[in-house]
Amino acid sequence: MELKAIYFLIPSLIMFCCGLFGFITRRNMIAMLISLELMLNAVDMNFVIFNRFLFPGQLEGMFFTLFAIAIAAAETALAIAIIINVFRASHNIDVRTLNEMKF
Amino acid sequence: MDYSQFLAMKQEIALLCVFLLVFLYDTFMPRESQKGLPVFTVVLMLLATAAGFCSHCLGTSCQSEVFGGMYFTSPVVAAIKTILNIGVVIVLIQSIKWAGGELMIMRRGEFYELLLVTLFGMYLMVSARHFLVFVIGLECASLPLAAMVAFDKNRYESHEAAIKYILTAVFSSAVFMMGLSFVYGLTGSLYFDKIYAAVFGAESTLLVMAVAFVIAGIGFKLSLVPFHLWTADVYQGAPTSVTSYLSVISKGATAFAFLVVMAQVFGSVYSQVWEWMMYALIILTITVGNLFAIRQRNMKRFLAFSSISQAGYIMLGVIAYNALGLAAMMFYILVYIFSNLGAFGVIGAIENATGKVSMDDYRGLSKTNPKLSFVMMLAMFSLAGIPPFAGFFSKFFIFTGALQGASVAIYVLVLIALINTIISLYYYLLVVKAMYISEDECPVKNFKSACSERIGMWIAVAGILFLGLVSPVYDTLIELAANSEIATYFLR
Repeated sequence: MELKAIYFLIPSLIMFCCGLFGFITRRNMIAMLISLELMLNAVDMNFVIFNRFLFPGQLEGMFFTLFAIAIAAAETALAIAIIINVFRASHNIDVRTLNEMKF
Repeated sequence: MDYSQFLAMKQEIALLCVFLLVFLYDTFMPRESQKGLPVFTVVLMLLATAAGFCSHCLGTSCQSEVFGGMYFTSPVVAAIKTILNIGVVIVLIQSIKWAGGELMIMRRGEFYELLLVTLFGMYLMVSARHFLVFVIGLECASLPLAAMVAFDKNRYESHEAAIKYILTAVFSSAVFMMGLSFVYGLTGSLYFDKIYAAVFGAESTLLVMAVAFVIAGIGFKLSLVPFHLWTADVYQGAPTSVTSYLSVISKGATAFAFLVVMAQVFGSVYSQVWEWMMYALIILTITVGNLFAIRQRNMKRFLAFSSISQAGYIMLGVIAYNALGLAAMMFYILVYIFSNLGAFGVIGAIENATGKVSMDDYRGLSKTNPKLSFVMMLAMFSLAGIPPFAGFFSKFFIFTGALQGASVAIYVLVLIALINTIISLYYYLLVVKAMYISEDECPVKNFKSACSERIGMWIAVAGILFLGLVSPVYDTLIELAANSEIATYFLR
């Protein structure tokens, strides 16, 4: 069986959509962060797949992925720091309680 | 490798020097002289701004493309960075009082370091001609901002704002990078000019989706309307100095970067793919921003919605898609920096002195603090676009730029924007009414604002009064824009 790009693209798209769905429906901040991570990883996969299957002669997509992973790690570290701050302030990481300011 | 390439990055290097000096000062100076850090930063930033300005006047800021075309600089890019620098200097001056406070004693340096790093990210964003550099710039500009939003450790709102900001920022960058992966799949390159050539005349669904994702990703940062929900909360929760930075510098830089991306990457599919998207976004942004601003009582939330609708006006410079539109956008952002910082200067001064930020607290302010209310009134008039002030000229130019398109759709768009100007006049005047007409039993007491705050407000007032009347400013901008490399992409 020949492996085509589509076999990889569809899982990565499903991953992105799962992340999106999780981000919208989850109420725990850590779970939301995990969903975001899923989305970012789907992007990385997409880049690698396109690079590997469509443009095998170059490395641009792979390099983008490397940088994107580093950036995602920085984002997560910062987000967790802020979540810890929130937890210290309100002893809760449910986003529904973050409603001091609205409209 | 040719190391002389780094010489093209004059402004970045200047900023990096400022950053390093601030960092060294923060780390090695004894505790007693730490109080001088804010002034030290302001002086260094002023020097960097002056250097950028002089290099423009002397004509040494030439066009060059380095690092294999990933980084690009030209007079117009240098001018954009100088505009941002001017705004940063005013923000820094206004934040001296806040940063000098006792609560900040351990973290004063961090605030300035984070701020300078975000500015560096914005420089990269404006100069990038490759999406990898662009993404690094974008993240460099948005992640430290989240830490800055969370700066008021003792206020719960600050944490709440920070978590809202970081989650939306990461979400938007994920969406943005998804769009980039589609672009990469379509064209096989991340260089702006290669993508431009590859998508020329292409009409595929994937391209439409990619452009939509990219617009959505940057739209989050610009707080265009379907993506604006974080704005008001973050502006309210963040410390006032950070709010003013977010609302003028971050927004201005992103707007320039957005224009560059739309013109130099997707410019060849302007009318097929993204023109109608921008119409919808602009109409929604201006209208929804205005309608929500009417019902706000908290001044920072109020200015958040006002800045959303201003972002819509700034986007008229993108949709204009000509050199005049670019010049008008630069001028608009310059004026917007001065007017918004005038308003934030007053809000910050009153908040520092009394802790009050509600519009109801401003009742009768003109009796007790006539000078502050006068500055606020000028800022509001300028934001609304009343003739002798700079805001009128900036709106005038941006409408003129948009109307060069001369199609029915753009006339309708400008008409809607004009009607919205009148709506915005209503809510800007609500503030003036609260200050000058409404009576209150116990208005804010008369107080003397700090010297730094007064200097910041004087600069803002000078900008509001003279920017529109001093024609060399916009003559220079129009000339710069007409000769810029971006203008060559506008030829449809």
